[in-house]
Amino acid sequence: MAQKWDSPQMVRGTSAHWSRFIIYGLLLFFAAIYMLPLVVMLLTSVKPLPEIYSGSIIALPHEWTLKPWIDAWGETCVGLSCHGIKGYFWNSTKMTVAAVIISTAIGMLNGYVLTKWRFKGADLLFGLILFGCFIPFQIVLIPMATLLGKLGIASSTPGLVLVHVIYGLAFTTLYFRNYYVAFPDELIRAAMIDGAKFFSIFFRILVPNSAPIVVVTVIWQFTNIWNDFLFGASFSTGESAPMTVALNNVVNTSTGEREYNVHMAAAVIAALPTLLVYIVGGRYFVRGLMTGSVKG
Amino acid sequence: MASLELVNIRKRYGELDILQGIDISVDAGELLVLVGPSGCGKSTLLNMIAGLDTVSAGEIRIGGRRVNDLHPSERDIAMVFQSYALYPNMSVKENIAFGMEMRKVPKPEREQAVKEVSRTLQIDHLLDRRPAQLSGGQRQRVAMGRALVRKPRIFLFDEPLSNLDAQLRVDMRTEIKKLHQRLGATIVYVTHDQIEAMTLATRIAVMRAGELQQLGSPAEIYNRPANTFVAGFMGSPRMNLIPGTLKNEGSGSYLEVAADGAGPARILLPHVPDATRGYLGREITAGLRPEAISDKLDGGGSGNRPVIEATVEVTEPTGPDILAVLLLGGREITARLRPDSTLKAGERGRFAIDLSKLVWFDPSTGARVA
Repeated sequence: MAQKWDSPQMVRGTSAHWSRFIIYGLLLFFAAIYMLPLVVMLLTSVKPLPEIYSGSIIALPHEWTLKPWIDAWGETCVGLSCHGIKGYFWNSTKMTVAAVIISTAIGMLNGYVLTKWRFKGADLLFGLILFGCFIPFQIVLIPMATLLGKLGIASSTPGLVLVHVIYGLAFTTLYFRNYYVAFPDELIRAAMIDGAKFFSIFFRILVPNSAPIVVVTVIWQFTNIWNDFLFGASFSTGESAPMTVALNNVVNTSTGEREYNVHMAAAVIAALPTLLVYIVGGRYFVRGLMTGSVKG
Repeated sequence: MASLELVNIRKRYGELDILQGIDISVDAGELLVLVGPSGCGKSTLLNMIAGLDTVSAGEIRIGGRRVNDLHPSERDIAMVFQSYALYPNMSVKENIAFGMEMRKVPKPEREQAVKEVSRTLQIDHLLDRRPAQLSGGQRQRVAMGRALVRKPRIFLFDEPLSNLDAQLRVDMRTEIKKLHQRLGATIVYVTHDQIEAMTLATRIAVMRAGELQQLGSPAEIYNRPANTFVAGFMGSPRMNLIPGTLKNEGSGSYLEVAADGAGPARILLPHVPDATRGYLGREITAGLRPEAISDKLDGGGSGNRPVIEATVEVTEPTGPDILAVLLLGGREITARLRPDSTLKAGERGRFAIDLSKLVWFDPSTGARVA
């Protein structure tokens, strides 16, 4: 071995200067490439339509306008009705919030029972639940449609909530089970001796110490449910459709002029909630993934 | 305070016998230490008393009442865990009061009790902190506070000091002993540390592989170990177990010690206990604590203090005395010498043996015969 560095940071001298320069240069270059689609979307959404047809897509607008955003929210046509995407945005919000809360809560309880109140066959049951993570969406479409029909909640937000809760349970159970496996049993025993029963141990000891994994689960579930298109397209019609389906209907309209600026604004609005969840919970996300030793 | 009786307690995990019929009874106010190497079943036994583990067979009685089927919270016990098991999301105050809160004790009463206990344990300035903001010793105190505040009938300690550094461990040991003396509480204390067992216990139960080896006061365990396992486990440095042949020759008896390829050495025995007569001319194991072999020769050479000659192999000064490994008839034995001893490795010296401390074991069963 001719030369040995203790760590990359030990590099010194002029050659070091250059390597730094190259590293940062490359990072900036790739960051710019990743940012480009978003930049194009935002720029397009604040340009008037004629400018989009005439100019370059990355040029700054000559005339700034917020009209496409207002149109997208309240005016644009989704399918046959022209009241904007706001109704569908609230559909998605209701559906996602309800499904995230329910699936996270049940996953929590499942994880608690599977680790701290173990019973015969607990590992087998967990294995079967885990199996649910690997079932492709498409397989369950037809049986699910039958079930929703029989329950009388087809083409409704509650129906979609049910679908997402069922599909999300496998993941939320996996997350909480793996997190609680590492949670010290002695705390549970201490609480038992202190006189706490099943639910008081759960709510007083386990839940307050679950913040990192709750954040991970919520981000995971929120992103998946909000972004879901297949279930939304299959199990909803017209006014009950979620945001993703509505966005598709806006963009794929076959009548009249293509309003690219409105499409872009609608797309950004559709992506905002997940973006927000990541920005708020992002730093807990990585931490939670580490502590729960869950691979996302 | 209550008495505790364990009657023929057994624990089985499938084919595995973890505990094979343990019988111990503890009077109210006693401090029983369960001691043994890891895997001996002492923690399992403690968990069974607490109700955290099921009993395969046998009966546990607290204050004369069978508690086998009672939930841990109904047994009126408190437990201090090795990891302290403090609830990380609660303040010290909430940690201590949690048990009372679960039992629906009214708030003013709770606060009064927390105040009293925290004063006793000198943690009253820490009440609003979280466990993560405490040092190891402080956490230990909080864990004890949580146990004390409930005034249970029996305290259970599961290796409570093993996560502390050496100095703190000694301090807390004294503290626990003081606490026991002041409260007169019944305590069952699990440890693998034989010094903790000796210093704290009013009675010690030495366990190995799910069996009770000996139950007795610290002095009994130390001076009259029931078998070679107890003899070797309790005491540091360990008791010398010297295999030899018991012989009788005109003037009196002696133990002949001889290992392969070394000249035999003799320990003269002015009188031997009756129980060892059957071993005359046969193999026997003599048990001698290091402090029974010394270089204090005054009064030696006669009666109960015969003198032997041996070669010093190694000396280890500890401060208050010097531990010396001697070669006697080819066997290594440890002696405790005076701190001003000038004997050096390789030298031959004369050492007096205190025969009043000598115990005898059967070499095949390991059981003490006298």
